Amino acid sequence: MIKKTYTVQKEDFQNAGKASSDIKKVLQELYTPKTTLRKIAVACYEAEINLIIHANGGTIELLVEDEVIKLTFVDDGPGIADIAQAMQPGYSTASKKARDLGFGAGMGLYNIKRVSDEFSISSSPNGTTLKIGFKVEE
Amino acid sequence: MKLKEIIDVLDLELLNLESEDYLDHEYRYVFTADLMSDALYVINQHRHNTILLTALCNSQSLRTAEMLDLTLVIYALDKVVTPEMLKIAKESHINIAVSKDTLFKCSGILYENGLQEAE
Repeated sequence: MIKKTYTVQKEDFQNAGKASSDIKKVLQELYTPKTTLRKIAVACYEAEINLIIHANGGTIELLVEDEVIKLTFVDDGPGIADIAQAMQPGYSTASKKARDLGFGAGMGLYNIKRVSDEFSISSSPNGTTLKIGFKVEE
Repeated sequence: MKLKEIIDVLDLELLNLESEDYLDHEYRYVFTADLMSDALYVINQHRHNTILLTALCNSQSLRTAEMLDLTLVIYALDKVVTPEMLKIAKESHINIAVSKDTLFKCSGILYENGLQEAE
């Protein structure tokens, strides 16, 4: 079993993506098949960016056990008022600053769910927890 | 088109070349965008033969390319690539180049030369 935890900071655009990059490298070293790895990279990066632009930063936990790879994203931000609405492609609450930096297309949660084998999200005004899972494909 | 041909038709300034072999690498698809989630959504296939063409000249365009396993990012509008971006490009084995032209013109030239939209 492999477990790693990362912390990302609110609006840390300079370092945004570093955690996802490291996670991708860790999984490459485990010889994760490329198709699985690409899905994980896309989902992880989108979720990491969400922590940075929508929450107060947060933590990312990678867990690799047997043939399953799980990622958990936890934050104590303002939460998602309407998850169903947030899941709609194109719907975005990103700030102007975030949009100016290339974020805020409104595709984040949709992209994450699209590529994940397991997806669950819970949210309240005290924060959000996103859990995604991937079966290792041959 | 081979990278060396793309450099020629777009009059690109090449800022990071992974190896001389890449000059003969074939690119067949292009995705033009400034919103990176759109790139993450659209680009699913042919990643080693797909170009990300963008005016979003910051680290996030390269992180997006890294996540997608892309090997070429072209920046339009004579944007300035920072040392931090070059570092990411080298670590992630991404060739990067800059064009003085607009996204529209770059896209049009590549389209005229037979490149297709990314898929």
